This record gives sequence, C-alpha cells and structure tokens, in this order.
Amino acid sequence: METSMSILIGVLFTIGTYLILTKSLLRIILGTSIISHGVNLLILTMGGLKKGGPPLLGESSTTFTDSLPQALILTAIVINFAVTALFLVLSYRTYKTLGTDDMDQLRGIEDE
Amino acid sequence: MSWLYLMIFIPFIFAIFVPFIYKLFGTRIHTGWFVFFAPLAVFLYLLKYIPMISKGESVHSKLAWMPSLGINFTTNIDGLALIFGLLITGVGALVVLYSIYYMSKEREALHNFYVYMLLFMGAMLGLVLSDNILVLYVFWELTSISSFLLIAYWYQRKGSRNGAQKSMLITIFGGLAMLAGLIMLSMMTDTYSIREILSKVDLITSHSLFIPAMILILLGAFTKSAQFPFSIWLPDAMEAPTPISAYLHSATMVKAGIYLVARFTSVFGGSAEWFWIVSSIGLITLIYGSINAVNQKDLKGLLAYSTISQLGLIMSLLGVGSASIYFGYGDESSVYAFAVLAAMFHLINHSTFKGSLFMVVGIIDHETGTRDIRRLGGLISLMPISFTITVIGSFSMAGLPPFNGFLSKEMFFTSMITVIESPVFGMESIGLLFPIIAWVASIFTFIYCMILVFKTFLGKHRPEKLDKVAHEAPIGMLIPPMILAFLVIVIFFFPNVVSEYFLQPALIAVLPGFAAAGGIDVEISAWHGWNTELFMTIGVIVLGAFMYYYLRKWSRIYSYYPQVLTLNNFYNQLLAGMEKLSSKLTKQYMTGFVRDYLVYIFTFMIALLGCSLWLSKGFSFNATNDAPINLFEGGAIVAMLIAALTVVFSKSRITAIIAVGALGYLVSLFFVIFRAPDLALTQLVVETVTAALFLLCFYHLPELRKEKSKVPFKVVNLLISLGVGVIVTLIALSVNNHRLFESISYFYEDSYTLAGAKNIVNAILVDFRGLDTMLEILVLSIAGLGVYTLIKLQLAGREKK
Repeated sequence: METSMSILIGVLFTIGTYLILTKSLLRIILGTSIISHGVNLLILTMGGLKKGGPPLLGESSTTFTDSLPQALILTAIVINFAVTALFLVLSYRTYKTLGTDDMDQLRGIEDE
Repeated sequence: MSWLYLMIFIPFIFAIFVPFIYKLFGTRIHTGWFVFFAPLAVFLYLLKYIPMISKGESVHSKLAWMPSLGINFTTNIDGLALIFGLLITGVGALVVLYSIYYMSKEREALHNFYVYMLLFMGAMLGLVLSDNILVLYVFWELTSISSFLLIAYWYQRKGSRNGAQKSMLITIFGGLAMLAGLIMLSMMTDTYSIREILSKVDLITSHSLFIPAMILILLGAFTKSAQFPFSIWLPDAMEAPTPISAYLHSATMVKAGIYLVARFTSVFGGSAEWFWIVSSIGLITLIYGSINAVNQKDLKGLLAYSTISQLGLIMSLLGVGSASIYFGYGDESSVYAFAVLAAMFHLINHSTFKGSLFMVVGIIDHETGTRDIRRLGGLISLMPISFTITVIGSFSMAGLPPFNGFLSKEMFFTSMITVIESPVFGMESIGLLFPIIAWVASIFTFIYCMILVFKTFLGKHRPEKLDKVAHEAPIGMLIPPMILAFLVIVIFFFPNVVSEYFLQPALIAVLPGFAAAGGIDVEISAWHGWNTELFMTIGVIVLGAFMYYYLRKWSRIYSYYPQVLTLNNFYNQLLAGMEKLSSKLTKQYMTGFVRDYLVYIFTFMIALLGCSLWLSKGFSFNATNDAPINLFEGGAIVAMLIAALTVVFSKSRITAIIAVGALGYLVSLFFVIFRAPDLALTQLVVETVTAALFLLCFYHLPELRKEKSKVPFKVVNLLISLGVGVIVTLIALSVNNHRLFESISYFYEDSYTLAGAKNIVNAILVDFRGLDTMLEILVLSIAGLGVYTLIKLQLAGREKK
C-alpha cells in the first residue's frame, strides 16, 4: 500500500508541477490544488498506513494509527482552502483588471 | 586587569549619545565640545603605557566574545599599536577641536558628522589594538564604511557621492582580499590570534599558501593605503570636509595599510617576494604621487597626491626593512632594520606636518572661499599665522631643517643607499634604481611644497577672484595646526626621545628578533657630516628650486599625457563595463515570467534533494512491511490517476474543475481508508466549498486555451515536473524504510486523562496545539478578508473614472 501510495503521490506532484509551469492562471491554481492533495497524502503515508484503528478513544480498537499527521493535515487542509480561495479571487481580479490570464503577458514592466 | 578594550568602546559609547546631545544643546553649544572628550580621554589613558612599552613589554587583555568559535575580543598593545593609538586619539582630539570652528553649528548636520567620526575613531582603535584577525577585519571594514559615510557627508554634491563610491569599492575589494589572506593564515597556523600567528612563522614560510596569503594581505594594505595603482580613490576622497581629510585621509586611516604591512613583516619579511613587492610598489607610489602633486590646481588635491607619495615612501621603507629578517639578528640586519625605524619615524612626522597642512588649507578654504591655486596669492599679509604654519609644514615635508621631515628624509636616503651597499635578493643589478627614484621623487616633493607655500601666500593678492574677504582664522581654528607645527619643530630637536619611547618599541614589535637587544643602536642627529645623504638633500634643494623657478616653462609637459591612459579613466571604463555586464546578465535570468522563476526553484529543489539522496546513499526500498492492498483501494488509486490526468488533458474549464473536485473527493475516500474520520469530514466540506468557489469564478474566467507554446518549453516543463515527481516518490519510499526514532504520538493517546477528549486528533488541535489552531483561524480570517475585499472593493482610482 505504501509503495503504491508513494507512486500515486509522485504522479500527483508531477501533474501539479506541470500545471503550475503552464501559462494559464486557472491551470496554475488547479496545479497548486493538486500538489496540496499530494502533500496531504504524503504526510499521511509517512505516518504509516493502517497500523491500527481510527484515533478515537472508547471505540473497539486498542491500537491507533498515528494521530499527529492527521492533526497536521487537518490544519493543512484548512490553510490550503484559504490559500486556494484567495488565489482564485486574486486571479479573477487580475483577469478583470488586466484582461488576460496568460502569465507570459503578466510580466512586470521594464525597469520597475 | 587592563581596561584596554574599554578604550575601543569609548568612542562608540560617545557616538550613541551624540544625537541626543545634539538635539538638546545643538543650537547653543557646538556638539564638538562634547565629542572632544572621547579622543582626549583615550589619549590620556594610552599615555600611561609609554613607560611600560618603552621597556619593550606589551600588554594583553582578553574579553570573550564568541568563545565557541574561537573569536575573542583580544587586545594587545605594543610599540607599533601605541604609536597608532596615540596618533588616532591625539590627532583625533585636535581635529575635533578644529572642526568645532570649521563646521558651522547652524548649517551642518553635526550629529551625523560626529557619529561617523566617532565610529571611525573606535574602529581605527580597534583595528590597531585588536589581536584577533577576524576582529581586526571587522574593524578594518568599519573604517572603510565610516570613511565612505564621511566622504559622502555633503551627499548633495555629485563629486562627494562618486568619491565615496570609489573609495568604498576599492577599499572593500582590498578588504575582502585581505580577509581571504587572513583566513589562509589561520588555516596554516590553526589560530586567529596575531601573536600566535607571529610565533608560528616557520609553519607559514614552508606552506604552499605562503605566496597567495601574502599577495591577498598586501592587496588589502595597498588599497587602504592608496598605493599605486589603487591610489585613485584618495584624491576623490578630498570631497570630504577638511577636518576629515586631515584625520582619515592623511593621518590615520590611510596608514592602516602601513600598520598591516608592519604587523605582518615578521611573518612574510625575509622572503624576496615581500621585499620586492612592498618596496617597489612603495617607490612607484612615491614617484607617481609626487609627480602628480605638482600638476594639481586644487590645494587639497595637491595634499592628496602628496599623501599618496609619502605613504609610498613609508611603504618602501618597510619593504627594504623587511630584508633584515633575511639576515637574522646581527650587524648586517640592523642596517636594514634602520629602514623600519625610519618608516616609523616618518609615520609620526608625516602625521604632524601633513595634519597641520591640511588644517591650514581648510582655513584658507574657509576664509577665502576657494582652494584653487590659480585664484589664490598674496595671503601672507592677511594670514600671517597660517603662513607660518604652512612654511613649517611644507618645509618639513620637503625635507628641510630645522623640521622633523629633514631627519626622516635623511634616514630614508640612508636606507635606500643601504640597498646598494649590502645588496640582497638580486639587488646588485638594479639596486641603484632605489636611491635614484627616491631622489627624483624628493625633487618633485620639494617643488610641490614650494608651490603650496609661495603660490598661495606670495605673489599678488587678487580679492576680486575670491568669494570672501580674506582674513585670519579665529584662534580656535589655529590652535590645532599650531600644536602640530610646534611638534614638527620639537621632534627635530629631540628626535632621540621619540626614538627611545616610540620608535625602538615599534621596531621590536615589527622585528621581534631585536627584542633581546632592546632595538638597534642608533643615534638620530641632524648633523652627521658631509655624507651622501646630505649631498642628496642639497641636490634636491638646488635642482628643486631651479625647477620651481622654471615651472611655467616645463609644466606644459603634463598636458601631453593622454587622458585615455589615466588610472581614473581605466577605473571608469571598468565600472561602466561591469554595470553593463551585470545588468545584461541579470536580464538574462530575471525575465519577469513567473514560470521561469518556478523552473529555477524546482530545478534547484531536484538537484538539492537528488544530490543529498545520492550522496548520503539515503535511498532504500523495501516493500515487505507495507500494509496489504485490496481491490477497492487499488481501484481508488487508479481513479485518482485518471482524474489527475484528466485535468492535464481536458480542453474545457468545467472538465478540469470537476476533475480536481473528483480528486479532492477521492482524497477524502483515502482518508476514510486510512482511518482518519476527521480528515475525511473536513476534506469533504472544504472540497465542496472549493468546487463551488471554482464554479463561481468559472463564469468570469476565460476559456481554457490550448497552450500555444513551443515544444522545448513543454519538454522542459515535462522534464522538471517528472523530476519533482520522481524525487518525491523516492523520498517517500526511503522514508518508509527509515525510522530514526519512535513515534511521539503515543503521548496523545492519553488524551482523555490529559485533555478530557476522546477524539485524539481534536484534542491535539484544540488543546495540545491550541495556539496553532488559533493562528490558523487568524490566517483563515485574513484570507476571508482578502477574498471579500478583492471581490467587493474597486480600486479607488478606478471608481473616480
């Protein structure tokens, strides 16, 4: 499971990076989103998979999966949501103001 | 317990208070009166070392600074450091006194002026008293920086800014070279202490880094002491206020290079390379400076070139003196050691006569409004005291009796003649050049000294050419140069007192071989019979007077020198070329295109992680401990792969957005599989909201276009993204097989008793790491504010339209 997850994470990173390197703003946002999924899965996988029950006390299981990565990921998901939302609105505003979503044309002006 | 290191701090401590004093009393009392006490106090304190050091002892004190790195604030005072210390504080006190009358308290930003000056004073004291080479380097650069600030003190003037930049670039370049040289020295000897380095000379001379270290340290010394060809910054540094020129650019800072050469003479001296480089550069600088000084129209420019020339003189003496180490201790070597003694003597003398000359030139500038030789003349009746001081200073510089310059100039000739009499390092063939260059340079020195006196004070007074009505300066302004001029004469009559208390201890510091004998046996006297030196001096006077008389006839020669070949032109070309090159180079990679920057970041990441994985042999793969995988999970993985690929290949926006949404839901599915219920819930909520947000913006965002980019562009992107993916996978696989330590998560399994929560993850978030979560909420609200603002608010300017 860990091996196949590692490969999946690698693929997610590859696709995410590829999208970030393109010129279109929307693709870049989607790319960051995919990379953050990859990161979350990576952290979870690093903690070890299916080593015990869910980290809830008072349930049937006596051993638990690593709870710390889960807590970290929970924070990451929320922060990532905030970043994606801001990013999305920022690019919307950029497009509205400048009339393009092509990063190649969004270069800074000369000698700024 | 020695308070020596405290002395270094006194100027810095004063500097802290200067702005406050200026603010409180600045309009009523000149800030200089407060500053005056700093150099005075240190000067008086240093005086108490004279008896001890004249016996050949040295005082050492230590203050731990970064003991773990072996960097200690160690101070060491010996004969060499004492001379410099007294010059720095003595001339410093006089210059401060002078500046009180020179710098108007109404018009000038005095707090800046004195802060920079105190900064310099402290740095210079630290430089000469420090025993640790790294501390020495820090102070060295600090003097460069304070010099930069002081040259640019009137920053409204273009000349000031350019001069400051030039001095900064040249001296910092030399400083960095010196740092490399010092580090090499510490590598060879395994210590940062100068005293210990000096005691391990054998290790250094046999080392392969001997020559590189020597050249690098000399670069530092030559740039600082304005030796040819680095001398070009000094004339431009004359843009600084005259008290600063008198202090930094003639009496103290430019002698830091001399100090460095003297300090390391016992390390590098005795080798032919050191002898040749130091003495020949010194002689070239000597003649270059004196020839150029004759052609100057600005009095300060003349003094600047004469300073360059005199520094070259001292440098060449140190170079010749270093040969004494080659001979070891004995009669033969003491002949050469005499040159070191002469160097130290001229160092002191130069500070006295040049300091007074600079101050007088400042007075002339202050009282007549110009320093242009062509506009001045006939000031003798208006400014008799200034005239007297100028005569004393100039005649001393020209090497005439009864002034101290005569003595050291004679000693200089003696040393240069020594080179022919007992030749070393292949001097037999061209050794004769040394006294000849010295003699020719002295003739020019004589000429410019006469220009300084006679063109300024004799001739016809032309008030219409002056900006102000010329009159004698206030007495406060005259006192400092008078004291220096007084010293010029006193030293002439009592040279052996100076020799006993200052020169011999300094000689021992430079050449420790003579410590046992307590220096060399020498009696400095004004009259020593009809010898070669005296005939040389008479020749200088006769020929110099002759050439001065016919100056107008032959000085046109200067105008035939092509402008293209000047060092300044070379410097300007180099600077312009470097600016052009660097801007071209920067434009190459700073494209303004975000993708390019990301390419750099990702490439660097791949290289860094890949190399460390490779070099540390960190990669390992072992699937035996893997959790089992079932068909359902396998299906989810495949589904994710498909969803991810769909994003890349989809032609329409909506497909891409939905595919990313599907990815998010699949991730929450994985959270369920991996026993993370909280994550799954959160992910579901967040993904839904994100998808909604995407769809909201979707309406406004442009249609996804097919990427119209060239094939190489895509290939590079593909390669980089593949690299990133592979690296991440490799690291993930390796991590799975490395457990450096046991998981710390068991601590949280006690969450019910610790935090009263049965959900461990929740307990971590809201209790154990509660502060984190609070800040996370803060981030979320800031992002929310940002989103709201971006949607709702228009740009102010746009609304007006």
